[in-house]
Amino acid sequence: MNLGAQVLSLAKRSVVRTIRQPANWITPLIFPLALMAVNAGGLDSATALPGFPSDSFLAFFLAFPFIQGALFATVNAGVDLARDIQTGFLNRLSLTPMRGAALLFGHLGGVIVMGFVQAVWYLTVGLLVGVSIASGVLGALVIFVLAVLIVLAFGSFGALAALRTGSTEAVHSLFPVFFVFLFISSMNLPRNLIETDWFRTAASLNPVSYLIEAIRSLIIVGWDPEALALGFGTAIVLAIIGLTLSSFALRERLART
Amino acid sequence: MDRAIEVRGLVRTFKGGITAVAGIDLDVAPGEIYGFLGPNGAGKSTTVHMLTTLLPPTAGSGRVGGFDIVKQGPQVRRVIGAALQEAALDPLLTGREHLKLQLALHGIPRPERPERTDELLARVGLRLAADRKIGGYSGGMKRRLDLALALAHRPRILFLDEPTTGLDPQSRSALWEEVVRLKRDEGVTVFLTTQYLEEADVLADRVGIIDHGRIVAEGTPRALKAEIGRPTVEALPAEGTDQSTLEQVLGRFGELQPSTAGVAVRLDGHGELADVVRALDSAELRVADLHLHAPSLDDVFLAKTGRSLEGAEEPEPVSE
Repeated sequence: MNLGAQVLSLAKRSVVRTIRQPANWITPLIFPLALMAVNAGGLDSATALPGFPSDSFLAFFLAFPFIQGALFATVNAGVDLARDIQTGFLNRLSLTPMRGAALLFGHLGGVIVMGFVQAVWYLTVGLLVGVSIASGVLGALVIFVLAVLIVLAFGSFGALAALRTGSTEAVHSLFPVFFVFLFISSMNLPRNLIETDWFRTAASLNPVSYLIEAIRSLIIVGWDPEALALGFGTAIVLAIIGLTLSSFALRERLART
Repeated sequence: MDRAIEVRGLVRTFKGGITAVAGIDLDVAPGEIYGFLGPNGAGKSTTVHMLTTLLPPTAGSGRVGGFDIVKQGPQVRRVIGAALQEAALDPLLTGREHLKLQLALHGIPRPERPERTDELLARVGLRLAADRKIGGYSGGMKRRLDLALALAHRPRILFLDEPTTGLDPQSRSALWEEVVRLKRDEGVTVFLTTQYLEEADVLADRVGIIDHGRIVAEGTPRALKAEIGRPTVEALPAEGTDQSTLEQVLGRFGELQPSTAGVAVRLDGHGELADVVRALDSAELRVADLHLHAPSLDDVFLAKTGRSLEGAEEPEPVSE
């Protein structure tokens, strides 16, 4: 069986598992939008700040659910992989001719499908509440591509945690760490409007800021090559690092000869 | 291939210097059922993990299906099926979905999969439960599905690691029948680990007894028991019967053995059970109960290790 077919079989299992655990897809679909609604209601006056890039805080903030949804998908997927290790299901798979790469990419395939569904949902809800996409239909497609890339990057770190620790608890504990990165970013304000120095510096060092800003630029600005290059570049670099480390961790975890 | 499994000096040491398998040699012929008997923690599962390529040995060598377990892992995996100690199943998938995934990963062509899936489900009696999620399966059903998954790609050699632990008698019996059928009808070699004496006795053509990572005895169950010697007669004195007189009479037939309830003697060839009964009768000794114990594999284990298999368990590390 070729690698592609193995990946497809394992990705299908991953998707089926996600569908059959409603908490794993309802939470990422609802919670980020709820948080967006709360923030948009409370921080709408921020649009009056000189230099704020949009008249609508909702449009400004719509990038946030994409990142938070990716975090949910990542942690849920990491937990699923850790559970496979804990229950011995990974050993069952190891006894087949399955290649290590198929396990990793099959698993991430399921995460990517979830990430794509989430992206479509967030954008649809955004459009329904009156946000317009400045970059148009093509921009919406680019948002989907970037969202999938972000989920892949984050997912590879979720897989890394699962493979390194083999513990669902350890993967769960990643969520607050990821959340800190999310909040110390430019999610609430453009970096140039953050007045607290340390926060602005931290947000500038935080790769999550560039992911948010790339999606945001497509929604409220149009085509901003710099933001897109930084966003895609960050997602690609994170994905490469995550996948490389996960591959090493998988090799160690699959101690089969 | 004159041996299905061939192991020489196999050792596995874990971090902290714990030696789970301390240098074992064994040979299993094609089509043979080999029972690997020992208490928990003896090294059975670690041996299975090494032979199924899931765990590299620290030292020694092994060939399974003619392939080296260290250098030819993928080839080994193609010819073996394994149902490991824990029936590792996904509670969110159905039995049929498990089989489909297994068949796909083994590279069984797509058109053949539905028929093979139905065939395997029927064989293990899970046709009616095929589309139910595993979360709703009983322990016996999970074990049966586990066996079906191990057989999905028609392996020549099957590893069953304590396949009947926790099963009810009916499920255990059904699994035994299937193991015998696999050997008889398909010539499958079966390497079966168990801590149940009866299982090894009933199923295995040959038995290897492992304790503290070493094989302490090996042979057919009959030969191993014969090696231990003669049966034991145990008499429970009736009320009013003098125990010391009973010991005196029984002592004529062999060496007295420890007994919690009465008097036991291992027959040494100077008489059979009938002779013992006649001697008790002529001495006018009344007994409440009289048992003839044929030597069991537990007696073999006791003779080889000085301990009974029951309660001899220790935790066994199977990963680092």
